[in-house]
Amino acid sequence: MPQVIGVPRETAAGEKRVATVPDVVEKLVKLGFRVAVQAGAGEAANFSDDTYRAAGAEIVGDAAGVWAASDIVFKVRAPGPEEVALVREGQTVVSFVWPAQNPELMQSLAQRKATVLAMDSVPRISRAQKLDALSSMANIAGYRAVIEAAHHFGRFFTGQITAAGKVPPAKVFIIGAGVAGLAAIGTASALGAIVRANDTRPEVADQVKSMGAEFVGVEYEEEGSGVGGYAKVMSEGFQKAQRETFAKQAKDVDIIITTALIPGKPAPKLITAEMVQSMRAGSVIVDLAAEQGGNCEFTEPGQVAVRHGVTIIGYTDLPSRLAKQASTLYATNLLRLTEELCKAKDGTIDVNMEDEVIRGTTVIKEGAITWPPPPPKLSAAPPAKAAAAKAVVTAPRGHGHGGGGAPASAKSTAIVFLVSAVLLWFVGANAPAAFIGHFTVFVLACFVGYMVIWNVTPALHTPLMSVTNAISSIIAIGALVQVAPPIVDAGGRPVAWIIGLALVSIALVAINMFGGFAVTQRMLDMFRK
Amino acid sequence: MSATLTTVSYVGAIILFILSLGGLSNPESSRRGNLYGMIGMAIAVIATLAGPQVTSAGYVWIIGAMAVGASIGLYAARVVRMTQMPELVALMHSLVGLAAVLVGYANYIDPAANAHLAGAEKTIHEVEIYIGILIGAVTFSGSLIAFGKLSGKISGKPMLLPGRHLINLAGLLAVVWCGAQFINAHSVAEGMTPLAVMTVIALLFGIHMVMAIGGADMPVVVSMLNSYSGWAAAATGFMLSNDLLIVTGALVGSSGAILSYIMCRAMNRNFVSVIAGGFGTGGGTPAAAGAEPAGEVVAISGGETADLLREAKNVIIVPGYGMAVAQAQHTVYEITKHLREKGINVRFGIHPVAGRMPGHMNVLLAEAKVPYDIVMEMDEINADFPQTDVAMVIGANDIVNPAAQEDPGSPIAGMPVLEVWNAKTSVVMKRSMASGYAGVDNPLFYKENNRMLFGDAKKMLDEVLVALKAG
Repeated sequence: MPQVIGVPRETAAGEKRVATVPDVVEKLVKLGFRVAVQAGAGEAANFSDDTYRAAGAEIVGDAAGVWAASDIVFKVRAPGPEEVALVREGQTVVSFVWPAQNPELMQSLAQRKATVLAMDSVPRISRAQKLDALSSMANIAGYRAVIEAAHHFGRFFTGQITAAGKVPPAKVFIIGAGVAGLAAIGTASALGAIVRANDTRPEVADQVKSMGAEFVGVEYEEEGSGVGGYAKVMSEGFQKAQRETFAKQAKDVDIIITTALIPGKPAPKLITAEMVQSMRAGSVIVDLAAEQGGNCEFTEPGQVAVRHGVTIIGYTDLPSRLAKQASTLYATNLLRLTEELCKAKDGTIDVNMEDEVIRGTTVIKEGAITWPPPPPKLSAAPPAKAAAAKAVVTAPRGHGHGGGGAPASAKSTAIVFLVSAVLLWFVGANAPAAFIGHFTVFVLACFVGYMVIWNVTPALHTPLMSVTNAISSIIAIGALVQVAPPIVDAGGRPVAWIIGLALVSIALVAINMFGGFAVTQRMLDMFRK
Repeated sequence: MSATLTTVSYVGAIILFILSLGGLSNPESSRRGNLYGMIGMAIAVIATLAGPQVTSAGYVWIIGAMAVGASIGLYAARVVRMTQMPELVALMHSLVGLAAVLVGYANYIDPAANAHLAGAEKTIHEVEIYIGILIGAVTFSGSLIAFGKLSGKISGKPMLLPGRHLINLAGLLAVVWCGAQFINAHSVAEGMTPLAVMTVIALLFGIHMVMAIGGADMPVVVSMLNSYSGWAAAATGFMLSNDLLIVTGALVGSSGAILSYIMCRAMNRNFVSVIAGGFGTGGGTPAAAGAEPAGEVVAISGGETADLLREAKNVIIVPGYGMAVAQAQHTVYEITKHLREKGINVRFGIHPVAGRMPGHMNVLLAEAKVPYDIVMEMDEINADFPQTDVAMVIGANDIVNPAAQEDPGSPIAGMPVLEVWNAKTSVVMKRSMASGYAGVDNPLFYKENNRMLFGDAKKMLDEVLVALKAG
């Protein structure tokens, strides 16, 4: 008996997102589920009922019908009071919940004996990245923050020199280089602005630079990484140094986008009234932390405020303002979660508390509150560091050419010299003079070859082999001198044999000689810039 | 032409050969390097013909034999496809080896060459003949087997006979014993038997040695045989007391030896263990030693790959032997050209042992007209993967295996690899989930940011190209 996934219309005011989209409905049906979507659920995100129907969903008239018919309910926002009343015993609800901020909601959901999976509680481990809805929403928020800033900012982002005069590029300062911050960096630099960014976690400096922004560090020694890749509260001394840095930036930049959040705590106030005052008129601040109280002292959550000529945007619904994109990404995150819950692909879910990802996401299991989960086993940072250190260690060994990395140790060098000396003495003591002459030439030639070959670029190793192969046809000389030597035939010399062997050798080596040089030439002709 | 003039010509030829090898240090000077080689060879041959050691009676024969060889060689050089280069080179090594054997025999049966020698000089001369034939025979049969393996006529799997080290040891002892018999022989007829027995043993040894080496170690084998053909020439030079042969042989020999060394280092393997044959025989079975990779494999289509590429800013392509097998280098270039026209930074990352001979990938890409300044070495490009959006791996496996760095128990642990997993997304183009030559499972395939594009490299790349042009 396949279970039914219900998707009611979002009830929160102004919420335009929807928890599933037609493309995902199709895949859920393939997993064996039936999908019931409330009529008009996707309207605000530009998904019509017909497209849902075409994808295989049933359209149900009202919310009560969806809740009654479903075994699993997908939502974006946490259920409101009316919705909690509709939750049935044994039903599974998947949505953003924010259990730390909403203890009453948790209690009331627990009383309904439901199982609740909170998309905001997905553990931050790499396996769970594909269902990390916070990241996908933060990505959208970061993008939209720049768009909102551009909308309220009276100038171009990119510098231009036009017939009507020179336009300086806008300077954007981004505080907090998490997912939202990085998305904002990318968007702002794509629009052509000069972008700077700051974060308390020093390890993100490289990510910031990779997105095309300049990393503005705070001159103070303190590690800012908390558990699970989030930031932590910093010391007083650090905060003072940080404020000085921000004050300096505020005077210089046109747009500030703040994304500083600490899990389970009110957002830190980073942009003070004085900093806002010091900004040029027409500047814009976008506060992505508005919902948690805001990073700026003037932020009014959900509103646009103008103070001292600076526009301060405190929208709390940025992802919803890009409803179609947000819905698509969120729906995909839910699909990935469903795949984790339904490994058998038989249309029934199994909330397996042994699985680290599902354990962390599940905040209420059949009426029992299971939040907070045990801390995640691993943070992303330490293995990354270890890998980096390893890479450094292996680098010198992999170095291409130039006679190897470090010189050999004194002991092994001494042994090599000793062995060589014994060998040389042996040869010198026993060999006749004529041989020594050839031997000298031979050893020196080996060294010349050694020195010359190290300079050959690895790209030309194949031509090198083919040219050395061609050159080794010099053995033809050996055959040439045997064909018709200037000697008086004293008889008993098997002339036919010698000439036969020599001529075959000459023919074989000639293949090599001409073929080798010709093919080398053919290859080298291909190496063009 | 007097003997001194011939010797001076030889000195000129030697200098030209050294310049020739030195010229290969960069692609700009490499064509001139090859030209030096040709001139050097021409001088050496003409000086010998005009010199006192060859009388005019032999000219007709010599020119006839050379013309036959030259026409075959030039024809082969024209028709060979670049993907077949390793086979051609291996085959040519075998010719040098065979020539060394024949010259050695011819010299031994020629009483005029040996009559004036006595005592230690005679012994040394015979040792030189013996060693020259030995190296020549090993080079000959080994190269033939390498040719067979590279062209697919013989299975690329290492053939491991039971007690193969004992067989080799027994062979070596037999060769030494025959050598003693050979030197103590009083007449040519008497010495012929141990010489022939040794030749057969050497031929078998060459076959056995290369048969025991796996396909992934082929770059080492090819460069090693290259080295042997040089030593064979040097040994012939000692035999004939010819400094030109000695110097040239030593140049070629040390060149091949260095290449072998570079290849071994690129695989983090000991030269002796490669030659001893069989991968992973040193430490436990691969399956038991390597940790089981966790995670799932995500497959994508050619169209989705095209989407990834189109949206990328930095792309690194990592070609492997699979690209050569599928003859996909031209399609790779078409894709590269298309992406570069769109302003996407496309580069190539080449692992030293990618392909079946040193520098194989570079030659293939050069054939497809990929500009060499976007073709990077492993060390040059490894640091750039974190800034790369898409790393596309075409028919390569072991050279992008993160187990080499992450899993100390892996048979390839410590081998330098291209760190494609550091790119935002890596796409691996492969026919199936089968493991590479090393027989090691590749945790890369199970990484979160990795996608698998299953199918023949050429066919899949064609699909990607069509999708790119459509989009």
